[in-house]
Amino acid sequence: MSSSRAEPHQLTVLIADDTDTDRLILESIVKKEGHRVISAKDGVEAVAAFENEHPDIVLMDALMPKLDGFGAARQIKALAGEALVPIIFLTSLTDTESLVQCLDAGGDDFLSKPYNRFILQAKIKAFNRMREIHATMLAQRDQISLHNDHLLQEQTVAKQVFDNIAHSGCLDATNVKYYLSPLAVFNGDVLVAAMRPSGSMIVLLGDFTGHGLPAAIGAMPLASTFYGMARKGFSLRDILREINQKLKDILPVGVFCCASIMDINFRKQRIKVWNGGLPDCFLYRAASASVESIASTHLPLGVVGDKDFRDDCQHFALERGDRFFMWSDGIHEARNASGDMYGEERLRQAFTENEDPESLYDDVLASVQRFIDLGEKDDDLSLIEVKMDAPENIVSQSNVVAGSGGRGLRGWTLDFEVKPDSFAYFDPLPLLLNVLVEVPGLRLYTGSLYTILAELYSNALEHGVLGLDSSLKASAEGFSNYYQERKRRLSEVREGYVRFCLEHHSDDDKGTLNIKVSDSGEGFDRTPSKSFGSDAYSGRGISLISTLCESITYVGNGNEVHVVFTWEADA
Amino acid sequence: MHVDTHLDLEAVATLKEIMEDDFALLIETFVNDGTERLAALALEIEQGDADAVRRSAHSFKGSSSNIGALHLAELCLHLETQGSAGELAGLADHLQKVVQEFSLVKQTLIELL
Repeated sequence: MSSSRAEPHQLTVLIADDTDTDRLILESIVKKEGHRVISAKDGVEAVAAFENEHPDIVLMDALMPKLDGFGAARQIKALAGEALVPIIFLTSLTDTESLVQCLDAGGDDFLSKPYNRFILQAKIKAFNRMREIHATMLAQRDQISLHNDHLLQEQTVAKQVFDNIAHSGCLDATNVKYYLSPLAVFNGDVLVAAMRPSGSMIVLLGDFTGHGLPAAIGAMPLASTFYGMARKGFSLRDILREINQKLKDILPVGVFCCASIMDINFRKQRIKVWNGGLPDCFLYRAASASVESIASTHLPLGVVGDKDFRDDCQHFALERGDRFFMWSDGIHEARNASGDMYGEERLRQAFTENEDPESLYDDVLASVQRFIDLGEKDDDLSLIEVKMDAPENIVSQSNVVAGSGGRGLRGWTLDFEVKPDSFAYFDPLPLLLNVLVEVPGLRLYTGSLYTILAELYSNALEHGVLGLDSSLKASAEGFSNYYQERKRRLSEVREGYVRFCLEHHSDDDKGTLNIKVSDSGEGFDRTPSKSFGSDAYSGRGISLISTLCESITYVGNGNEVHVVFTWEADA
Repeated sequence: MHVDTHLDLEAVATLKEIMEDDFALLIETFVNDGTERLAALALEIEQGDADAVRRSAHSFKGSSSNIGALHLAELCLHLETQGSAGELAGLADHLQKVVQEFSLVKQTLIELL
């Protein structure tokens, strides 16, 4: 091989012939073509010469002493391994049996006596071309194999990175069984599951369009959005909307994510399901051993903007032992050796034939894999089963380590007072909200809480401490005057305070937040009645607050207000 | 097929062209080869070793045809065929014909040098 690379036309040719005359003639013909010749007088010499010189082509007499051409050819072919070393038998044997013997021994062609120079030259050229093609093929095969190893290694790394994100969730929970093949991950399947602070479990199975890296990469923002929000207690709808918008923003047109998402409340024994573009989810009813399917009724994630996105879910009551199944189309489209697809009918049949619900998941997976058998070796399967069980039976590693996510603040009080030199430049609201969102159950209500606190603080500051009259704002001109006056008084204020007193306590899935805000002002004239919404409160945003909370009460001379805010998980 | 051409002169001319300076060496080698083969054949026929006869005759037939000695090659073919069949009777006489033909070819080749 190396000789042919250095000088394209020069080959090393081994000539093995025990007849001196014939060998001399062959040597001359081959040398005339510019090739290098090695000679051997018998089979043993031929094998030794092959080992030492690695010739490119062998011309081999059939009948030779010590070791005949057939035996020598066998040994040389074995030594050559994968490389193609053409062996041309030199023979005047003409009977079929002898020719077959030459071929059996690994011979590639024949040259009969008397030798014809042109035929020999043509054969050497032809076999050299074949040899080069073969060498190229081997090199390319090795390269492909190298690339493939590289690709597999990349997939493994990608899967590891992905698992690190996916495993921050609760796929390990005792009521969950799932299968996600590495190839499926690399083809854009994504499976994430998390326990919400309320104790409900939310699971999303997604299947991005396309294959390979472009499909898989969208799984990253999806997973991080999912976990970030689920942990903070956002609702299924909020999570769906956020993921949809994020994917819509970042994915190119034509790339989107078919997904099913479910939120199962173990305490209330009910499940919410949203299916956008994935095959029917199955709800297995333990009592009747029957299956209800939940078909896709929405567009996949990342197709339409938030305005047109529909987040309505289907609701089902559950009983202990009911099982919910989600899958990507990898199962339905798995092919056997003859190219048939597994399909939904076979999937339903696996459910029909099942005898022990506990083995349903394994039965389905086994059924698919049995079907594929000798078909596609690389499976592209994603499947998850979530079982309805008693809340105390749901154990996940993520609950234990979650800490801030799982439990967070429960009972606490906070007193906070803003002093005069802070009024002009400091906004206490972000600080207070940061404390409030440490309560998992309150995270759902940050919008409402902000509104309540903002109204109470501005009332206390502007009407209390600064003594501004809200009636000033009645006209457009007054409005402008009001804010000029506010600015002036803020810069001049030397005394006063606004005091927050927050107090929270909770049970597992509901809690109460008491907010007291008092100020150093003189209060305002109010009727002693406990009702509100009368003219006396106009301009103070109180009617808005009243719709957001349980109760609102003014005490003393009106410079102290008490608000009671209650929350409930899965409201 | 009967060939009575002792030496194919066209084939010899081609050989001369291929071998160039080594043509004399080739003739010398053929003559030595042939002398040895014929001695071996005589012994093998005498010993009744039919397979050895077949092999020697086959080899000599090959080199004879290569050198252009077509009638000699044909005579060897008969030896080879008989050897294959295991019928060595009368081959000693036939070998004499081979020896005579070889002698003739040898003479002609040397004259061509």
